[in-house]
Amino acid sequence: MKRDLTCIICPRGCSLHVEGEGKALTVSGNACPRGIQYAVDECTDPRRTITSTVRVSNRENCMVSVKTADPIPKAAIFEVMACIRQLQVEAPLKIGDLILDDVYGTQIIATKAVE
Amino acid sequence: MLKHDIVIIGGGPAGMAAAVAAYDNGVHDVVILDREEELGGILRQCIHNGFGLHKLGQELTGPEYAAVYKERVLERGIKVYSETMVTAVTEDKIVSARNRDGILKIQAKAVILAMGCRERSRGALNTPGSRPAGVYSAGTAQKLINCEGYMVGKRVLILGSGDIGLIMARRLSLEGAKVEAVCEIMPYSGGLTRNIVQCLEDYNIPLYLNTTVVEIHGQKRVEAVTIAQVDEQRRVIEGSQRRIDCDTLLLSVGLIPENELTREAGIAIDPITNGAVVDENCQSSVEGIFACGNVLQVHDLVDYVSDEAERAGMGAAAYVKGEQQTSSLIKTKAGRGVRYVLPQRVHTDQGAVSLFLRVTEPFGKVRFSVTSGDEVLSTALRLKAAPGEMEKLIIPAEKLAAIRDEIIVSLEEC
Repeated sequence: MKRDLTCIICPRGCSLHVEGEGKALTVSGNACPRGIQYAVDECTDPRRTITSTVRVSNRENCMVSVKTADPIPKAAIFEVMACIRQLQVEAPLKIGDLILDDVYGTQIIATKAVE
Repeated sequence: MLKHDIVIIGGGPAGMAAAVAAYDNGVHDVVILDREEELGGILRQCIHNGFGLHKLGQELTGPEYAAVYKERVLERGIKVYSETMVTAVTEDKIVSARNRDGILKIQAKAVILAMGCRERSRGALNTPGSRPAGVYSAGTAQKLINCEGYMVGKRVLILGSGDIGLIMARRLSLEGAKVEAVCEIMPYSGGLTRNIVQCLEDYNIPLYLNTTVVEIHGQKRVEAVTIAQVDEQRRVIEGSQRRIDCDTLLLSVGLIPENELTREAGIAIDPITNGAVVDENCQSSVEGIFACGNVLQVHDLVDYVSDEAERAGMGAAAYVKGEQQTSSLIKTKAGRGVRYVLPQRVHTDQGAVSLFLRVTEPFGKVRFSVTSGDEVLSTALRLKAAPGEMEKLIIPAEKLAAIRDEIIVSLEEC
């Protein structure tokens, strides 16, 4: 397998070249070790952190921003979004508060405080 | 009239970081005037992640990044006037503002301008057609969706491939809209490459380069837009017109630093950056007035906004304490391949200086060189350079001390 990728870990956006089979992959073009990890993950188990919003039911016109605490499988993005869309939460909320547990091995957490 | 040592206009990432840096450098009478209800500026609506890798060593969302700085402001007891609109700044550093309590006049020893920028609107594009509902600037749509919980449309076309347009393409897709395409009039995207990958490619959204919107259709609501390809002079290529059905058009067509206050204060403006002309401490042409963040130059990364604002905060603190530098100022100039260089002038006796610049167009491998007369002050090699990605070059102190001629930054392909 040969694949050209753009690293999305940082804004530098290194152009990566990946060769090999299975988990035995060689990566070039990376400026830092995180690039290797990204390229291997992207070829074997691509994941993304998802961010969205959830309505705060006890505040007027109020949304709280949320994220997955860890990246989730890319293929599950829309399924997780469907889950998030059905949620409602109650204030007060702090950054890091649990919104939904056990979503592909991680959690949905608040990224904004609501008093 | 109220009196404060340092008055900061704007409570976004630039204003907050400047306030903290000024305080930490020994000037404790610092106030922030902010027109919004809550500190954080544009970060409050930027719920996506990718902030803080460089500055805080972790990947945060916009609201989380803002919260870190808000905490730093509050724990220092820095006074914040929220929902306060500044109406004038004078050369003598008198700041006028109004809020619910009435009119406020503050005599400052130093002022830091951190007003950010606003979006170019449809009016600036002269796109023909009717004026139906469903045409939004990308940032307005972002605020409606992320802060107020209103979805803006179901089938969307985005004009402009700057980072906000790309981020919104992904956000709308996640919320169930169909993003038909992102059109970009230039032959390249103005956004970060990582955003093309994670916002467009991940969601199979096509990016049409050399393409613009030539007509908006619909009476009450947008029903379709006509897009067309353009030639090298950005003239529409006849016969390339194509109608795309959609109910929403998002415009991500550039940001304008909000420098009305700056101009009225008589501060010199750089015609390329549309921000103040500054030295390495972000001091403008008016002594004691500093500028930082997107009001100075439009940044790609908030991390660099915070860095810049810290320099402004330190500079303002030094000014208030009477520690200003006295060496002569040397001008900087954009040479081949470089669109602008900031700061536009530098002191030669203040240690190493960082220059920030953008290139005119995308390049492959390039070597930047910073020269003054026959002297080469520094060089830097880059595997690629693009207008959407700000470059930073450093001139070492010992090189700077000896120069007399203007500093020119240019690049050569290699």
